[in-house]
Amino acid sequence: MSVHTFTLDGQPVAGAAGETILEVATEQGVSIPTLCHLDGLSSVGACRLCVVEVAGRPRPQPACITPVEEGMEVVTRSEELDEWRATVVEMLFVERNHICSICVANGDCELQDLAVDLGVDHFELPAMSPRLEIDSSHRLFAIDHNRCVLCTRCVRVCDEIEGAHTWDVMGRGIDARVVSDLGTPWGASPTCTSCGKCVQVCPTGALFEKGRAVGEGAKERRPFLPYLRRHGAGTR
Amino acid sequence: MTRRRLATVWLDGCSGCHMSFLDLDERLLELAEHAELVYSPLVDVKEYPAGVDVCLVEGAVSTTDDLGRIRSVRARTRTLVSFGDCAVTANVPSLRNPVGAAPLLQRAYVDNVDRDAGVPVEVVPPLLDRSLPVHRVVPVEVFLPGCPPPADLIHETLLRLLGVEAGVPPERPPRFG
Repeated sequence: MSVHTFTLDGQPVAGAAGETILEVATEQGVSIPTLCHLDGLSSVGACRLCVVEVAGRPRPQPACITPVEEGMEVVTRSEELDEWRATVVEMLFVERNHICSICVANGDCELQDLAVDLGVDHFELPAMSPRLEIDSSHRLFAIDHNRCVLCTRCVRVCDEIEGAHTWDVMGRGIDARVVSDLGTPWGASPTCTSCGKCVQVCPTGALFEKGRAVGEGAKERRPFLPYLRRHGAGTR
Repeated sequence: MTRRRLATVWLDGCSGCHMSFLDLDERLLELAEHAELVYSPLVDVKEYPAGVDVCLVEGAVSTTDDLGRIRSVRARTRTLVSFGDCAVTANVPSLRNPVGAAPLLQRAYVDNVDRDAGVPVEVVPPLLDRSLPVHRVVPVEVFLPGCPPPADLIHETLLRLLGVEAGVPPERPPRFG
């Protein structure tokens, strides 16, 4: 196995060929904020929270999908990166209707935690306040598009782990929506196995179990998938 | 030492942030040594005075009345604090924003009403089309998110803003929700 040596925040480190910057950073105990990434699923670089600076590259690179290279110089913390990441969080908040105080995931939400970690205590951008749907046609679960950040964890866990591929993404840009079976109401989905994995991996309150009230989504959300660890819960 | 001039204002919110302020309990006595409460729903002063050092604003800006009040408060206050999620993000009052004021009032007071249908226009001020965070309307110096912000956080923030050496920072950092 070939090994690449490079620097991470000035420290010399080594990573196996094919490993990503995020994987090596995690091994080294260097914390990089993430949202769409989840250990055990493929990485898609959708949220851009894990952006890092790589010397010689004009734009910041998403650490979760950028492979390590020999001689690379990677910076994971800087004022500019902090600002970019905070802006990403702010844009995620204002794009839909995330009202934490009345959310099933209040107190156990990765978007809410990221706002705390990145010091986002208000939004400079105006809220877009789109009018979005809630699909509660499924017997056990519901999806509230007001709280979806389009991380696509649900799409990936359904495809890669459950093998059902009920979820996918429809539309582009600001109009993108997670949909079940090409837009069929979730309750009428012929492919959904009702396994609940999508609910367990959702970082916000977008996917939730019916019958849970504000702040009650937490208790049994994630242990359902023991091989999928919570955001920031440890090394691989 | 002279006491600083403290005020609190209640716009479109549930008063939960003021309840959390009252949860300072015996620390209110300590606070009273450093600040005089010159205007608040908790004291009987009708008009917002000039020369206020620190003002906690609870609630979103949702009506023409809120708009006039916050502008006058801003003009007479040195340090304005967005106090709680409604002031910071418009929070629960903003649930109506995707709909707009006119369709909302139509639905609530006309379409779904069996008798005496009609949008109320007497006593209550007109709704703005959208419920707004305070800083969308006037500049704000300090943001104190939370629904409500915990008493420890209010205590620490107020002492800091009043120039008093604060105690231990609260365990829970400021957070939405």
